[in-house]
Amino acid sequence: MKLSELLHIAWEGISRNKLRALLTMLGVIIGVAAVIIMIAISAGTEATIAENIQNLGTNLLFVTQGMGAQMISRSAGMNTSFLSYDDAQAISESISGVSGVVVERDISELIKYGSTSIDSVSVIGTTPSYPQVRDVAQDSGRFITQNDINNSAKVVVLGYNTAQTLFGDQDPVGEKIYVGDVKLTVVGVMDKKGVVGSTDFDERVYIPLTLMFEKYTFSPFARIMGDPVGTILVQVANLDEMEKVTTQIQILLAKRHETTVDELPFTVRTQEDIIATQASTTAAFRDLLAWVAAVSLVVGGIGIMNIMLVSVTERTREIGIRQATGATPGDIRGQFLTEALLLSLTGGLIGVIVGIGGAWLFSEIGDMRTVVLPNSILLAFISAAIVGVFFGFYPANTAAKLDPIEALRHE
Amino acid sequence: MSETALIKIDQITKIYQMGHVQVTALDGISLSVQTGEFLAIMGPSGSGKSTLMNILGCLDRPTTGTYLLDGEDISRMSRDQLARIRNRKVGFIFQSYHLLAQATAIQNVLMPIVYRRNGHVSTKDRMELAHNILNSVGLVDRDQHKPTEMSGGQQQRVAIARALINSPALILADEPTGNLDSHSGLEIMEILQNLHSQGRTIVMITHDARNAAFAERIIHLQDGKISEDNHNSVLPIPMTEGGLS
Repeated sequence: MKLSELLHIAWEGISRNKLRALLTMLGVIIGVAAVIIMIAISAGTEATIAENIQNLGTNLLFVTQGMGAQMISRSAGMNTSFLSYDDAQAISESISGVSGVVVERDISELIKYGSTSIDSVSVIGTTPSYPQVRDVAQDSGRFITQNDINNSAKVVVLGYNTAQTLFGDQDPVGEKIYVGDVKLTVVGVMDKKGVVGSTDFDERVYIPLTLMFEKYTFSPFARIMGDPVGTILVQVANLDEMEKVTTQIQILLAKRHETTVDELPFTVRTQEDIIATQASTTAAFRDLLAWVAAVSLVVGGIGIMNIMLVSVTERTREIGIRQATGATPGDIRGQFLTEALLLSLTGGLIGVIVGIGGAWLFSEIGDMRTVVLPNSILLAFISAAIVGVFFGFYPANTAAKLDPIEALRHE
Repeated sequence: MSETALIKIDQITKIYQMGHVQVTALDGISLSVQTGEFLAIMGPSGSGKSTLMNILGCLDRPTTGTYLLDGEDISRMSRDQLARIRNRKVGFIFQSYHLLAQATAIQNVLMPIVYRRNGHVSTKDRMELAHNILNSVGLVDRDQHKPTEMSGGQQQRVAIARALINSPALILADEPTGNLDSHSGLEIMEILQNLHSQGRTIVMITHDARNAAFAERIIHLQDGKISEDNHNSVLPIPMTEGGLS
């Protein structure tokens, strides 16, 4: 029996009841779509991580305010410790193997030059070693100097895109812009760096950390707390010393904040840790989708098996007629297996289309990077085919084992 | 009797196990049918007609005894082998036609060719062959009609065309006019007689003596045994409708 004939007979069988066929395929459609989306998310995350590591280097330590349980209890007792500029300087001065320390305190402000304004710009209060530690080059002018810090100078350095948006081709150095309510002089523009993780370096603007404390985050409370900084970035000279430096920072901070390392309200993490945390959120989502995919494929398979069993019963007389005219048990089995396979593969095809559409939606609306891999489409098809053969076999075998005399008598 | 025996049955029995009771449907039947013969099998219900028909058509195997069809021993064949023998050597005509409702006349006729193992026939040749056979049984311009669009007599003609498509050695008709009015029934019998005159071997099961009258030999079954085996003395019968009604 030729394949084209098998396919033709199977197609006739399915097309007799199109709505039923579509409903039967639903499980496979969802399963296959989930497989494709899952792999697309996974591939997207991996690509992001790879780029991040490449862009950031691996020798940075991030000291941030911790979010542990002890933080909450400390807040309740008003005995909270915050990271301060002094902590950063202490790290810089007393720990060996540190090649640079930078402080970042960020807020969001409207900035304005003439009639052009940009809303919600990330304004970073920082220190002079920022370009070195963050690996951002200077495009024109200069960066913030120690002198600017000491004097709380009203200067600002622009990210590349922000400079382009405000000034176009004009040289911004020396011009005055409003950052929030404060008029600042542009002293420099940073070179292109691009997006790393969730940070777009080219959209940022930089001001002296001390200016940030005085003009933007000033409050009596903040002053009492020692002007908290968001993040201290520590650049380690030698990659092999990452762990050693981490421990030393923890000990130093514990001593400075009169607590123990275990109760330290700060975390010291490498970039990889941070990226891994980001990745683990997507991984959890991906794992969920993997289960959805597996369960849907099994449920889809059972649906196919169910409908094939119904089909075999409904078409018992047809099976008898085919047997009488010379169909062997193998021919009958082949016919129903082909039908099950055609159902699952058609479901697979629709699932692939839905999956590609879904992956696109996730990246457009869900703000999640997705990459549809050709291999995932192949995998999805193979899964669908396996489901079809596995769950189609029992009904097909039931059909093949029918006695022709009984089958012909069936009404 | 110079013809070769197409069917040679020797002492076959068929015993069904119904719970604890054994039912003997065929009780030691021996029968030879020559190539080109037209045989009618008659008998009351429960006499074993259907069981004998199923064994002759290779749908079932005898419990004991041997059955040679066209020189091949059917009695011990596997299900696969039986299916292939049915495909090559047997053309069935059933009382209730047994056509696929959703398929056109020509698709129904072509079904046995689909399951043919040897002798590939191109699609164009198949269509032509099926078309010609449909014409030969008196169905003109009905190729694309579905069974539901045809009368009973027309459906039975499609079934006959299907039985003929693989040029089988044996045509087995099981009450071929049972669902038809007398006029259509007569037309079907005329087609069978015509096939017989072309040298086809036909075995027909019937309870209708008027149909049996078309055959050249009539056997009667009673309680799983052959009770009578007569050559039809009234041949040739008058082929008019009046003579049958």
